[in-house]
Amino acid sequence: MKYRNLNNWKILLAIIVVVLANQGCKPKGTQSAVSGDAASKTYVAPGKYDEFYNFVSGGFSGQLSVYGLPSGRLLRVIPVFSVDPEKGYGFSEETKPMLNTSHGFVPWDDAHHPELSQTNGEVDGRWAFINGNNTPRIARIDLKTFRTAEIIEIPNSAGNHSSAFVTPGTEYVVAGTRFSVPMDNTNGDVPISTYKQNFKGTVSFIKVDSTEGHMKLSFQILTPGINFDLSHAGKGPSYGWFFFSCYNTEQANTLLEVNASQRDKDFIMAVNWKKAEEYLAQAKGKKQVVRYAHNLYNEKSHSAVSNIETETIILDAKELPGLVYFIPCPKSPHGCDVDPTGEYIVGSGKLAALMPVFSFEKIQKAIANKTFDGDYDGIPVIKYEAALHGEVQKPGLGPLHTEFDNDGNAYTSMFVSSEIVKWNVKSLQVLDRVPTYYSIGHLCVPGGDSRKPFGKYVIAYNKITKDRYLPTGPELTQSAQLYDISGDKMKLLLDFPTIGEPHYAQACPASLIQKNSVKFYKIEENQNPYVSKGDNETKVVRNGKKVDVYMTAIRSHFTPDNIEGIKLGDEVYFHVTNMEQDWDIPHGFAIKGANNAELLIMPGETQTLKWIPEKIGMYPMYCTDFCSALHQEMQGYIRVSPAGSNVPITFSTGNTASPSAAENGN
Amino acid sequence: MKLQSLLSAILASLFLFYISSCGNEGVKKDEKPVDISELTKDQPETHGTQIKEGDINISNPLDQSMVAAGKATYELKCQSCHRLTEEKLVGPGWKGVTHRREPVWIMNMITNVDMMLEKDPEAQKLLELCLVRMPNQNITTEDARKVLEFMRSNDGEK
Repeated sequence: MKYRNLNNWKILLAIIVVVLANQGCKPKGTQSAVSGDAASKTYVAPGKYDEFYNFVSGGFSGQLSVYGLPSGRLLRVIPVFSVDPEKGYGFSEETKPMLNTSHGFVPWDDAHHPELSQTNGEVDGRWAFINGNNTPRIARIDLKTFRTAEIIEIPNSAGNHSSAFVTPGTEYVVAGTRFSVPMDNTNGDVPISTYKQNFKGTVSFIKVDSTEGHMKLSFQILTPGINFDLSHAGKGPSYGWFFFSCYNTEQANTLLEVNASQRDKDFIMAVNWKKAEEYLAQAKGKKQVVRYAHNLYNEKSHSAVSNIETETIILDAKELPGLVYFIPCPKSPHGCDVDPTGEYIVGSGKLAALMPVFSFEKIQKAIANKTFDGDYDGIPVIKYEAALHGEVQKPGLGPLHTEFDNDGNAYTSMFVSSEIVKWNVKSLQVLDRVPTYYSIGHLCVPGGDSRKPFGKYVIAYNKITKDRYLPTGPELTQSAQLYDISGDKMKLLLDFPTIGEPHYAQACPASLIQKNSVKFYKIEENQNPYVSKGDNETKVVRNGKKVDVYMTAIRSHFTPDNIEGIKLGDEVYFHVTNMEQDWDIPHGFAIKGANNAELLIMPGETQTLKWIPEKIGMYPMYCTDFCSALHQEMQGYIRVSPAGSNVPITFSTGNTASPSAAENGN
Repeated sequence: MKLQSLLSAILASLFLFYISSCGNEGVKKDEKPVDISELTKDQPETHGTQIKEGDINISNPLDQSMVAAGKATYELKCQSCHRLTEEKLVGPGWKGVTHRREPVWIMNMITNVDMMLEKDPEAQKLLELCLVRMPNQNITTEDARKVLEFMRSNDGEK
């Protein structure tokens, strides 16, 4: 008995030793994998600022969110392609034109890829661009005001996915169509099965004015009917070129999941945009009549104007030698990323077990020596081996996107194997890998697609959150994860929730942006045609059925705040000017029953709410944004009388006189 | 058997202890309490440079162009809250203000309202009375001087 006990004891001990040795402190649950000092590395004390701004696509919310890093605190959601009742965006008369398109007012879009403007290939903190994927558009956000300043629609496009990436001097922002479609000036009413004859692709180059940032469609390159996924500009030696990943070279029009995955290789498309400029100067472009909206917000008049443009210039890739080349890339490439030196182009085939890295020098040699593998629909195809720097072997499963640090390393997101893989661009050796929770899509290193990455962190933007947060029913929060990349090993520091579905994101040091931030609009410079510069200019003006109310707001009253003489059938416009000249004192404005949103008026700004009263009666209005101790008192009344009523237009503030018997309504 | 169970129990609890000690490793307790005064000391207050008594030149007759410019500023930036009579609206009416207050007090109230509300007992009394902090309307010292000229005119000075 005793012997047996001892024996059992030994066995038990041995098992435990083995278990402990194997187990160690290896991450087990989803909470682990966090190193000891993670909390202190992401702690930004109350009143202190974050080191980086992080601009994260709001995905199917259509907006652009702004986070502070390393804290992961949400600082602002900038309305871009979708209406935002909280800010009156798309509801006020001044902002409605921002969402105009050739299809009319479109209140929503799917925003994917923010890109910060660059000077000499470095992030300059002036503007952010972002694409609208569904109704093809590009927006420019002014980083002085954190507001959408301009939106341009893209003609001859359907699904503006491979956008809004910029050239190193922000000479251009590009757009590449995800869907090939019949061109806008042709009859689109054709059988879908005629894809191969009738469907074409385009990539568009939108010129960006270097001082104001204003966008103008410069030219569109006509391509075979394939699909464009992502893109990035060449820089350094490859300056003057742009690279687009392509899929569906099979030209399938149904069940692309299978039918667009047939070929062993799709393409990276290399575009020589400097050559395009030459052809343009030689008038080799063909003018085409199209329709697209161009919407510009004026900061002085505090209003947007939407113009419908009617012309585009087409450069046909087939007819213009030296403009476009195809480089074979394995299996439906997604990410198309250029390293900081500009020499290496990384193509990530979603379904490939390896990642090719192309060399710009070799591409140039191959073009010079015509080392081609025939052509694709009239466009030369460079031999794969001739363009190849090398392949990263077995990097992980489902490589999607790559960003870079300043030490020659690349960070690639692996969707299927849920991890970030760090590898050396020159040696192609995998250096480290770290899990993400779960199914990472895009990733971002501050400045990570520019000539000068700032490094320090990589942020994962995940497609699936599952068990990472408290459950909130069938739909769970979207999420990002922050990793420290300052050492050899990547370390997970923080999870933070995001809005919509985060696609691409960019980050840059706060110092590039914060010093330029606008605090208020100068009331003296307000050029809104309906501004009230002082209470003497407030009034109510009837013009037929249209009534304009010129109104001011200041802590804490509206002038006027008693309005009578509005009749059923009137269209009433409240032009509210915020008279404050102090930072962080917006006033809100809302009317009971209005089939509209509120106004949120920044200091010195004028915004207009349109209101069509539906019933006779008394309508309260009030300030919605807490402004002072007497904010609750910031309220007033609007009287609505029958259509034929003879109640005259009157308006006042602070008038305490009692009405005469004739006026009292009885 | 008994010994075996006992040993198993001891080892199992040791094992659990080992595992749980790993689990705690992830969070390091920050032992230093947060020093609030340290955090808030460099948060900037935005206001102009304090105006001293000797900085203001007062003379008669009034400069009528300054009166006119001061009136324009009044209508744009002050009128919403201040009447030209003795009536209090949001803030006190301006009638008699140049008799009640020194020029330097008025000028600082216009250009350095945050400083005045923090330091000046008279300004603090007014806040208790009106309950709305007078906003910083970003008026320059030069423009504030013109507003003062307009106030003097409003009080009947020639």
